[in-house]
Amino acid sequence: MAQVELLLSPLPAHVRTARLVVVAAARRAGLDASLVDELRLAVGEACSRAVGLHRVHAPTTAVRVVVNDEPRGLTISVTDAGPAAGPTSSDLAGDMLGSADDDDDDDDDDDDVYDLVDPDVALAVLAGLVDDCEVDAGAGGTTVTMRWPLPVRPVGASGPGATAISQV
Amino acid sequence: MDLSLSTRTEGDRTVVVVGGEIDVYTAPKLREQLIDLVSSGQYHLVVDMEGVEFLDSTGLGVLVGGLKRVRAHEGSLRLVCTQERILKIFRITGLTKVFPIHASVEEAVAATD
Repeated sequence: MAQVELLLSPLPAHVRTARLVVVAAARRAGLDASLVDELRLAVGEACSRAVGLHRVHAPTTAVRVVVNDEPRGLTISVTDAGPAAGPTSSDLAGDMLGSADDDDDDDDDDDDVYDLVDPDVALAVLAGLVDDCEVDAGAGGTTVTMRWPLPVRPVGASGPGATAISQV
Repeated sequence: MDLSLSTRTEGDRTVVVVGGEIDVYTAPKLREQLIDLVSSGQYHLVVDMEGVEFLDSTGLGVLVGGLKRVRAHEGSLRLVCTQERILKIFRITGLTKVFPIHASVEEAVAATD
C-alpha cells in the first residue's frame, strides 16, 4: 500500500508542494540525511517535467506521485500523461546552449513558464543523479520510478511508530 | 522559500544576488531580471548563488539563456557558487565547462579570462 499518494494539478507552484511532501515522507521513512538533497532535486525534476508536459498535452489531468516505504527501500514514482519519453542525449550542455530559452519576446504571458521545462533535460538530470532510476514510457504516458535505500530495520518494525523510534 | 533577487554594480560588472529556490515556479522571475539587465545594456553579469537553496534544470535553462544573451553582446556571465548540492547539477549536465564558476564575488569581478 502506498504510504503517500499525491494528485497534483499541473501548476508550477505544486512542484514545490510535491518536493515538500515527498521530503517529509522520506524523512519519516528514515532516509539518510545525506540523501535528502538528492531526493529533493530528483522529485523536483520529475515533477516539473510532468507538469510541463501536462500543460501542453493534458492540462486537466493530474500528475500522480506515489511514495512507498518498502523493506527494500523508499520508492517514489511520478506518472504523467504526456508523450512517451525518448532516449536521453549524450551532450546535454550542448543541447541546452542550442535550444534553451530562445524567445526574446519579453511577454508576460504566464504560460511562458512552461517553455522553461525541457522534458529531455529533466530525464537526463535524473539519470545522472539517481543510481536506481527507471523510466517506463508507454502509450498513455511515462512513469519515472526512483528508489533509495533505507537503513535496515528490525523485522516487524516497519510501521510509522517504529520508524520514529529508530530515528531517535 | 521564495526567490529573492537584488542587483548592484561593481565597476563594469553587475552583480545579481540570488537567494531561495530556483525552480519552475520562480525561474521566470530570474529570467525577467536577466533580460532586463541585458536590455538596459549591462552585458557583464556576475550571478551570486551562495544564497540559493535549491536549483533545478529549469533554473539552469534560465542561466544558459542569460549566457546566450550576454554573449550576443560580447558580454560575460559568471557564477559564484561553493555549495556542493548546487554544483552537483552543473556537473551532471556538463555546464561546469560552459559557465565560469568562482568561489567569491571578488574573484568573479576581478576575472578577465
